Amino acid sequence: MSFLRRRIWVILPPYLWLLIFFALPFAFILKISLAETAVAMPPYGDIWSWTSGKFEWLGSLDNFRFLLDDEIYVLSYLNSLKLAAISTLIALLIGYPMALAIARMPESIRSFMLLLVILPSWTSFLIRIYAWIGLLKNNGLINHLLMSIGVIDEPIVMLHTNFAIYVGIVYGYLPFMILPIYANLVKLDLRLIEAAQDLGARPARVFFSITLPLSLSGIFAGCFLVFIPSVGEFIIPDLLGGPDTLMIGKTLWQEFFTNRDWPVASAIAVVMLAILMVPIYIYRRIELKRLGIEG
Amino acid sequence: MSVEILNVSKSFGDTHAVQDVSLTIEQGEIFALLGGSGCGKTTLLRMLAGFESPDSGDVRINGESILALPPFHRHVNMMFQSYALFPHMTVEKNIAFGPAQDGLSKQEIAERVDEVLELVQMERYRKRKPAQLSGGQQQRIALARSLAKKPSLLLLDEPMAALDKKLRMRMQLELVSIVEQVGVTCIIVTHDQEEAMTMSNRIAIMDAGRIRQVGTPQEIYEYPNSRMTAEFVGSINLLPATVTACAESTTLQLKDAASTVVCRDTRAREGEAYLVAIRPEKVALSTEDEAAGPNCLRGVIDDIAYLGSHSVVHVRLENGKIMQAHMSNVSRDARTQIDFEQPVTLSWEPESVLLISEDD
Ligand SMILES: Nc1ncnc2c1ncn2[C@@H]1O[C@H](COP(=O)(O)OP(=O)(O)O)[C@@H](O)[C@H]1O
Ligand SMILES: [Mg+2]
Repeated sequence: MSFLRRRIWVILPPYLWLLIFFALPFAFILKISLAETAVAMPPYGDIWSWTSGKFEWLGSLDNFRFLLDDEIYVLSYLNSLKLAAISTLIALLIGYPMALAIARMPESIRSFMLLLVILPSWTSFLIRIYAWIGLLKNNGLINHLLMSIGVIDEPIVMLHTNFAIYVGIVYGYLPFMILPIYANLVKLDLRLIEAAQDLGARPARVFFSITLPLSLSGIFAGCFLVFIPSVGEFIIPDLLGGPDTLMIGKTLWQEFFTNRDWPVASAIAVVMLAILMVPIYIYRRIELKRLGIEG
Repeated sequence: MSVEILNVSKSFGDTHAVQDVSLTIEQGEIFALLGGSGCGKTTLLRMLAGFESPDSGDVRINGESILALPPFHRHVNMMFQSYALFPHMTVEKNIAFGPAQDGLSKQEIAERVDEVLELVQMERYRKRKPAQLSGGQQQRIALARSLAKKPSLLLLDEPMAALDKKLRMRMQLELVSIVEQVGVTCIIVTHDQEEAMTMSNRIAIMDAGRIRQVGTPQEIYEYPNSRMTAEFVGSINLLPATVTACAESTTLQLKDAASTVVCRDTRAREGEAYLVAIRPEKVALSTEDEAAGPNCLRGVIDDIAYLGSHSVVHVRLENGKIMQAHMSNVSRDARTQIDFEQPVTLSWEPESVLLISEDD
């Protein structure tokens, strides 16, 4: 018993942090999402009342129903998922070779290379995304360069398109793809690669039979680290996307600040979280299965 | 399918890992590379497998140089020191990996897998992953995998290093019997002299990147050509001496001892200095005060290590040096017949003496 009681103090802090920084704010959002809009401060009503000893439930799922009624919300979700998925794939295709290259470099320069990967994150995310406007706009650096060397006669419209969003997400989240894959690849036993070569496998075969399957957990980790924040991304679609770009982060922002409809904004957030639980659940299942076999 | 290694050298920076090594290994031979840690054994093996390329020299199989071939085109397979089994593949898939690269049909691959699994008696474990196997079982699978392509040359890098002692002895014999059954030419790298002697037909002793001696286990043990090989394989008594007379036998005067040594080695010339080398099991130990003569030394017992089948007796000579003699424990109370500080006489036959040059 006293052992259990002592253990409590070891287990408690992380759960306490989760409670304070995750569960409580979420409960708050959930509460607002069940309330009605009100012209008040804060701008929503109560979800229950307690008058003269009588409890009354005032909350409703109307806000969630509203999300289904207006197709702009469903389209925002779908479009966010699509943009995030495609960006994640591009980030994987760029990040994996980079991670592999760094992992195969001499040990002495690996940490320097990693430093270069994370160096941009020392500047504000907002400013770095803002900088892309200067690169992508019609009279921006890229168009200017392409026209001056005569590749194109007219500027290519890049800013305020989905292309710009892909650029922004891939650029902004690439380190989150590279780092877990690198951490995985650098641990890979090089003798396995030699053994595969020894058994007659050419380099491409070695990659697809040995390196890639053994780095799957790094790939999953990287993909989820890029995918999950990209779905709810607001800054990138706001700065680089067009006026008709539908992304759930931007829609949420508009509900919250432009429409001042806190309950609907909260409902959007709750549904987004619910949607993101699906890939997180899948990821856990894959990881558990993998550990179950290899452990 | 003879393997010729011709004047091969390899340096890493200023480490001369392998220096001017030449060896010829015959078809079907089990050849051991024996040497201490860091003497270049693995580097030599990796050059045969194609993972390192020599700075100079040539490697030929059946008279044809293989140096231009990348590892995946060489008919050479290696069993890695820690086995390097693919952790994400079953035993079956691990073994099928090699044959599958040759573009064999599914049917042929399955036959190969069955064949080698039977050879190492691991049919029951074909669906397991490497992590679900014991060290000894992993070794069998690694061996099976490296045999599945029917290589011209099989390389084994410290094959027993990961096994405990008891299993090691059993696997040494079993591995040899499998390799002989297949008839593949085989090079075994080891730092364990017993392992080399148990498993191989011939041994090359390596030291600091060079080959010091090549021979059958018996040749290496009985006729070491240098102080290094003599001391590396088994234990040996080395007594400095100077040649005083050469006829049909050679007589030497021991340094710092009154006795003389007579031996059958007739290469020596008068006045030359040598090390008189005598294996401890060839030294007879007597508690009787025998008449002093050639090949005879007196001393007192300094230490006795009882090893069951025999005891290793350390005798302190009159000049303070220690000499080892083996005493066979023929009777149960053999150990109790001698005691510390007891005066004894050591003697040996002239045939048992080997002369080794001082300078090395
Ligand atoms: N890739 C390498 N880079 C630098 N030095 C190496 C490399 N491989 C081996 N060496 C050096 O070469 C020498 C021989 O190594 P090795 O062949 O592994 O010895 P052994 O297998 O006999 O223990 C050692 O001094 C080792 O440090
Ligand atoms: Mg080695």
